[in-house]
Amino acid sequence: MDVVLSPEEEAFRQEVRRFLEEKLPPDIAEKTGNGFRISKEDHVRWQKILHEKGWIAPNWPVEHGGTGWTPMQKHIFDEECALAGAPMVIPFGVTMVAPVIMKFGNDAQKARFLPRILSSDDWWCQGYSEPGSGSDLASLRTKAVLDGDHYVVNGQKTWTTLAQHADWMFTLVRTADSGKPQAGITFLLIDMKSPGVTVHPITTLDGSAEINSVFLEDVRVPVENRVGEENEGWTYAKYLLGHERTTIAAVGRSKAQLRKLKGIARAELAGGRPIIEDPDYARRLAQIEIDLMSLESLVLRTLYAESEGRPAGAEPSLLKIKGTQVQQGLTDLLMEAIGPYAAPFQPEAFRDEGWNEEPVGPDYGPALAPLYFNWRKASIYGGSNEIQKNILAKMVLGL
Amino acid sequence: MSFTFTDDQRQLADSIARYLDDKYGFEQRNKIRRGEEGWSREVWAEFAELGFLAFPIAEEHGGLGGSTVDLALMMEAFGRALVVEPYIATIVLGAETIARADPKRAAEILPSVASGEHLLALAHGEPTSRYDLGRVATMATGSDDEGWVLEGSKAVVLHGDCADTLIVSARTGGRDDERDGVSLFLVPGDAEGLTKRAYPTIDGMRGADLELNSVRVGPEALLGQAGKAVDIVEAVVDRACVALASEAVGAMAATVDLTTEYLKTRTQFGKPLGSFQVLQHRAVEMLSETRFAHALCYRTAGLMDTTSGGDRARAASMVKAEAGRAGKMVGEEAVQLHGGMGMTDEMAVGHYFKRLRLIDVTFGNAGHHLSRLVQLG
Repeated sequence: MDVVLSPEEEAFRQEVRRFLEEKLPPDIAEKTGNGFRISKEDHVRWQKILHEKGWIAPNWPVEHGGTGWTPMQKHIFDEECALAGAPMVIPFGVTMVAPVIMKFGNDAQKARFLPRILSSDDWWCQGYSEPGSGSDLASLRTKAVLDGDHYVVNGQKTWTTLAQHADWMFTLVRTADSGKPQAGITFLLIDMKSPGVTVHPITTLDGSAEINSVFLEDVRVPVENRVGEENEGWTYAKYLLGHERTTIAAVGRSKAQLRKLKGIARAELAGGRPIIEDPDYARRLAQIEIDLMSLESLVLRTLYAESEGRPAGAEPSLLKIKGTQVQQGLTDLLMEAIGPYAAPFQPEAFRDEGWNEEPVGPDYGPALAPLYFNWRKASIYGGSNEIQKNILAKMVLGL
Repeated sequence: MSFTFTDDQRQLADSIARYLDDKYGFEQRNKIRRGEEGWSREVWAEFAELGFLAFPIAEEHGGLGGSTVDLALMMEAFGRALVVEPYIATIVLGAETIARADPKRAAEILPSVASGEHLLALAHGEPTSRYDLGRVATMATGSDDEGWVLEGSKAVVLHGDCADTLIVSARTGGRDDERDGVSLFLVPGDAEGLTKRAYPTIDGMRGADLELNSVRVGPEALLGQAGKAVDIVEAVVDRACVALASEAVGAMAATVDLTTEYLKTRTQFGKPLGSFQVLQHRAVEMLSETRFAHALCYRTAGLMDTTSGGDRARAASMVKAEAGRAGKMVGEEAVQLHGGMGMTDEMAVGHYFKRLRLIDVTFGNAGHHLSRLVQLG
């Protein structure tokens, strides 16, 4: 049940396909397709190719370097990229901090940061969560004290994804203790090379180390790196979260994942027949296809409403919950497809580190159980799914 | 593609909603369904006058040529108001079957349907066929010259009690479970040899089981091409699945509204029920099911007019499976969140629940359509 495209949209799809065929490096596509972790160099290599084409930031206004695409074009682009095995564009710069800088930053900040985000010369990470502040983000305690024309920052950030690669971190810090917790928060941009910044990896369930603790000890941050007003950071952070949740639905990637899943489920046998023909498995697969179609339908409706000037309301929270459920459901079926070959733990087989041995079990096997375990994060990050329900209960139902 | 609506469609939805808000409140509906026929001929005449009946019928058949998306907007509004008139039987099933099977006859018959003077019903399902549209045991013997004699039983025919004309499927060839060999016949509602056992349905509509004992009809009763009825009925039912799903999303939305209102007003332990997080999250899940089913429903409605065969079947099964599953969940949760009051006939919520639950078992429940999706591949 594909989206029916107009001739113009179909032509655009072909244009995107041709671009991907010509420009997406085959070695990167192969790694992505096999579920390998992608190195920083590969990410940057691909993002620079997108930048050269002018397609790195479809969500930006044209005057800042956006594409001016319709919602359907953006959707087609995401889907084609995912199906071709292009790595996802790391969202922290292009999708997350850039809209905040555009909306609340000053001209100097726009001139300094936006071009380097577009060109992927700067890698960004997000310094929000702290050991004591997860879902209750506003309780954060990392402190910034004004000292002349610098803030002196002390505290600890955690779950900081890919901070090991980052040049910059956008972060929420406490600048006032009086009043509501939300009222004393400031939005700071921190140079990761500043003295006093230390990054420690955190190993996750799947054995990978994509997240980190970031320790901040007497880090001096120039006042010019503050976005907007002091103590107004919470407003900017909420604006950002709304942006994050539409992309978090990740329809294109889930469609690519579904295609991969069907390929594996046709190859794997259960009782002498492909597991895709097993009645229980097949029905679960059918149900997740329905969920994905529903998700895509509401994503497109939301994008159209936004493009017609009707703001999204609380749809992003609905999309975040459903999108992550679909992603997790797919990883569950992927892991189950290989049966007992989910067991061998062979992280070397899907790390991009030049391991040349034959894996135990099928080639696609080693990445699948780690993927399942890794992907449990999806219903926790970006505001846990329970926090999304709190938001929906309040904003939509008025409870 | 229906990710957004045209201005005309928004106006259509508004005008239907305005009419139903005014004329079809919960109390008025109760009065209507408790009346002698179980629905209102007065309301039906107003539907005709307002163009609701003509809307989905093609222009060349005396209708207004609305799309499936327009039909979905209508059905969603009917779902919100729990309309009990024979709209599905006459318009969604009856008129559509005639239009697909025999365009020439459709041009003769459907103008009187659009004007509200002629009620139809589709008598296809049988006591042992369940959701299998290809399983027909009712027999038609005879020929194009002499006419036909119909023999058999038809089960749970929606509004089969009041139809002026029944569209009856019967075998002119083939085995009981063969797709080929089934034909459609127009049978007057008062035909000799036709016994109707009429009943109210648990969701406030009307149905009938039919016995056809040597029912004689003329050669002109054969509708369209002999032997090809299953393809026609399948196409009609696929579109009806979208219509039912649209009705379900309307009923689901109303159910979410009622439940939210109840959570805000009912107090226990000194505070509104809506202040308890466990109930908030359950209400949000109902909301979520409703919004996603709604988006899928209109996407599918948009596809109905542009696809055929397996694509159409897949789209219809997806939306019907989803509406059935989500509708059941929303209905069950709504009753639970209403507590004891949810169990009473007095509250509207239970009536929405009953309709949602019955929509699931009409033309294939969620499990049936999942299986069909698996078969379609």
